[in-house]
Amino acid sequence: MSQPAPADWIKVTPVGLHVVPADLHVDPVRPVARAAITHGHGDHARPGHDAVLATAETLAIMKARFADDSGRQPQAARYGEPIRLGEVEVTFMPAGHVLGSAQILFEYRGSRVVVSGDYKRRRDPTCPPFEPVACDVFITEATFGLPVFRHPDDRDEIAKLLAARDREPERAILVGAYALGKCQRVIALLREAGHDAPIYLHGAQEALCRLYESFGVALGPLRSATEATKAELAGAIVLAPPGATADRWMRRLPDPVTAVASGWMRIRQRAKQRGVELPLVISDHADWDELLQTVEDVNAPEVWVTHGREEALIHAVTLTGRRARALALVGFDEEGQ
Amino acid sequence: MKAFAELLDGLVYTPGREAKLRRLTAYFRDTPDPDRGYALAALTGNLSLKTAKPAMIRQLVAERVDPILFGWSYDYVGDLAETCALIWPTVAEPAQTPRLARVIEDLQAAHRAEVPGLIARWLDSLDAGPRYALLKLVTGGLRVGVSAGLAKTALARLGAVPPEEIEEVWHALAPPYEALFAYAEGRGPRPDTTEKLTFRAPMLAHPIDEDEFAALDPADFRAEWKWDGIRVQLVLRGHEVRMFSRTGEDVGPAFPDLLETLHGEATLDGELLVGEALSPSGFADLQQRLNRKTVDRALMQRYPAFMRVYDILFEGSEDLRPLPFDARRERLAAWIGRTALPRLDLSPLIAFSSWDDLVDHRLSSGASAAEGLMLKRRDSPYVAGRPKGLWYKWKRDPHLVDAVLMYAQRGHGKRSSFYSDFTFGVWADDDALVPVGKAYFGFTDAELVELDKWVRNNTVNRFGPVREVRAGLVLEIAFEGLARSNRHKSGVAMRFPRISRIRWDKPPAEADRLEALSRLLPP
Repeated sequence: MSQPAPADWIKVTPVGLHVVPADLHVDPVRPVARAAITHGHGDHARPGHDAVLATAETLAIMKARFADDSGRQPQAARYGEPIRLGEVEVTFMPAGHVLGSAQILFEYRGSRVVVSGDYKRRRDPTCPPFEPVACDVFITEATFGLPVFRHPDDRDEIAKLLAARDREPERAILVGAYALGKCQRVIALLREAGHDAPIYLHGAQEALCRLYESFGVALGPLRSATEATKAELAGAIVLAPPGATADRWMRRLPDPVTAVASGWMRIRQRAKQRGVELPLVISDHADWDELLQTVEDVNAPEVWVTHGREEALIHAVTLTGRRARALALVGFDEEGQ
Repeated sequence: MKAFAELLDGLVYTPGREAKLRRLTAYFRDTPDPDRGYALAALTGNLSLKTAKPAMIRQLVAERVDPILFGWSYDYVGDLAETCALIWPTVAEPAQTPRLARVIEDLQAAHRAEVPGLIARWLDSLDAGPRYALLKLVTGGLRVGVSAGLAKTALARLGAVPPEEIEEVWHALAPPYEALFAYAEGRGPRPDTTEKLTFRAPMLAHPIDEDEFAALDPADFRAEWKWDGIRVQLVLRGHEVRMFSRTGEDVGPAFPDLLETLHGEATLDGELLVGEALSPSGFADLQQRLNRKTVDRALMQRYPAFMRVYDILFEGSEDLRPLPFDARRERLAAWIGRTALPRLDLSPLIAFSSWDDLVDHRLSSGASAAEGLMLKRRDSPYVAGRPKGLWYKWKRDPHLVDAVLMYAQRGHGKRSSFYSDFTFGVWADDDALVPVGKAYFGFTDAELVELDKWVRNNTVNRFGPVREVRAGLVLEIAFEGLARSNRHKSGVAMRFPRISRIRWDKPPAEADRLEALSRLLPP
C-alpha cells in the first residue's frame, strides 16, 4: 500500500488543523471532542475541550488558567513516547518554546507530519531543547519570518539589563515580559548571570512562577511588587506583563526604566513607539536563521507555514528546492502584541 | 564602534535631558582619545566625511541578499540603514572590529572608489547594533537629539571647567578635540584661541510680548532696526578674514566681493545684506546668493553684499564683551569711522523716549529691509547664548492673506496618514485660482484631523500622494514677506508662510486677489 498524501489526512478547518483519521484537532480555537495542545499560551491552549492531549506541564498550565474548564479528559503525553489513536501514532517532542511546549509528530500509514507549534532553537534554562524530527511535512510557525530578525545572544541582553541597573541604582527597572515563559526565562537568565537579589513580580506573574518551580525550575528569591515599598524597589528588577508597563500600576515604582523583553524589540521604531527605554531582544520564537536551519534539520521535502510572515519564509524555503505553502489558520497572535 | 553604538542607542531611547547628559558624560569619561573626540564631532555635526549615498548601501546589500527578501524586509522596517544593519549576513571569519577613529580616519583618507569596499569590510566585522551606527554615520544621518549645547555641558561635567569656558574655546578647535578633552579633564592648559580666527558664540535676543513693556523702563534701552538679512560674525586679523553664520559655519567663501574689501583687527557682529550703495534690497535678493557652490559674477554685481554692523566683541586682542552696550557701541562707531571700509556701515540707533514712540517705527520698520526692532539694555555686556532680560526682538506683525485651499499632500512620519501639506491660491484676473504658496504648519492636531477630513470629502482629482480639492475652504495665511518669483505661475513667492486660521466661515469668493497681494511686493 502506498503512503497517503499528507494533505489527504491533515486538513485545515476553521477550528484549526484536523488530523482526520484520529479525529483530533491541534490547538483548536473552539471547543472540540479531542484536542492536542502544543503549549500553554492563550492562542494555542483554550478552554472547554473534551479530551485534551498535552504534556503534564501544559495540562498544569491549562488547569491554572482555566480551572474546571481546562478539559474534561486530560491525558498527559511524555516527550518521545508514542500514543496510539486509531491508526495514528502521536508523539510529543520538545519544542524549546516554554515549559511543557511540544512539537507533535503524527504518523499515519508511513506518512509523517510534524506540527511544530511555536519553537526556538536557543538554549533555555526553563525547558528542554527542541529536537528535530525527520518528517514528510514540517508545519512551522513564521513569527519572525524575515531576514531582519536575528536574535542576539540572550546573555548580552541580560548584561544590558544589569548594566542599566548599575548605571542608575536609584531607579527600578520594569521589564515587560509575557507571564508564561518569557518571565521565567528572564529570571533564570538573570540568576545565571549572577543576579541573586530578590526579583519583584506583578501579581499576574506570580502563579506561573510558582508553577514553574513546582516542576523543578529554580527561580531564586521572588517577591510581590505590589507589597513592596518604594525604597525596596529602588535598584530592583520588576517583571510585569507587557501591558502593565504603561499602566497606573507602575506608579508605585521609583522612576522606573521601562524595558520590554521581546523579539520585536529588534526594530527600533517598534521600541520607540511603545516608549521603551531599554529594549531587550529576547524571544521564545525561532529567528530567521533558526527557521531555515530547522527546515534543513528535519529535512522535510514539504513545508507548511502557519502564522507569522509566511510569504518570506515560503520564498526562502522554495529557493532550497523544497515545496512550501501557507496554511491560512486563524486565531494566532504575534508574540507580545 | 561598539561603545559608540551603545551611546547612540542610549541617546535615542533615553527620554529626558538629564539622563542623556549622564550617558554622554559617562561615554566621554570612559572612552579614550581620539574616539571620543570623533564621537563628539559626529554628534554635534562637526564631522566632515565622504559620505556614502543610500544607493551605494543598497547596492552593497543587493550583492549579498535576495532582492525579494530585502524588499519585504525594507517595507517592514521602513528605514534603510536599519534594514541593512539587521539583514547584513554574518561572515564566517570576521576581521577585527574597527575603532570609531579608525573608521573616520580611513574614510577621510580613502579615494571615493574605495569607500564601498571599506564599508562592506566594516559591516562584515560588526554586529547589528554597531552596523547601524556605522551606516548612520557614513550616510550622515545620526539625528539622535543631541544639541551642541548638551554635548558641551557633558564635557563640562568631566571636570571643573564651566560650560561657558568650553563654549569659548570650542570653536577654535577641531576634531578629535584632544586638547579640549585634556582641558576639560584638568590635564591640559586652556587651549589658546587668541591667535586664531575663532568664532565666538553670539548673543541672542528674546521675543518680547506687548504686555512686558509695562515692567521695562525705556530709559534703560537702546533701539535698533532688526534687519532682514543673515546674522554674521566677522573676524579680522590683518587681511585674514573669516565670516561665520550664527551657528559658526564659515559662510565667507560665497561672498568674496565683501571679504576682499575688509581688513583690520576686530571681531564684529552684524547683518549680512545685499543692495546697491549700502541700501538693503530685501531678503529674497540675498537668498539668490546663498547656498551656491560657485560664486556667480553677474549675481555679485547685481546683488553686492555688505555688512551692517551692530556690535564689536574684540578690538585687536582686547575682549570688549564685558563692557556695557553703550561703551562697546562707542568703540564700534570709532572703529568704523577710523577704518572707513567701503562695505561696512553702522546700524543706526533709533531715537525714542517712550515705548509709544517706537510703535510707529516698528510698523514702518524702515520700509522692507527690516523685520522689526531690537531693544538692547544700555548696560548689557555681550553674553553668549540667550541671557534673560538683556536683549529683546520686537517683530513686525506678519502679513495676512485669505487664500483658498487648492491641493493637499500626505505628510511624512507620524503625519503619513494625514493630508498635512497644503497648497493654497488666490484669485487671478481671469477668476481662476493661482497657487501662491504651501504651508505645513500653524494648525493644531485637532485642526489637522478636521482639515484631513475636509480634504478627503472634497477631493476632485488625485495625483499620487496629492489630492486636488474643490475651491471651498479659505485659509488665513500668515507670512513674513513677499518676493517676485519666476518659478511660480503667480509671479510671487512667500517667505515663511503658515496657516494662522482656518476660515470655515468665509465664502471662497471673498478670498484675496492676486493684485492685492502683489501690492506687498518690494518696488
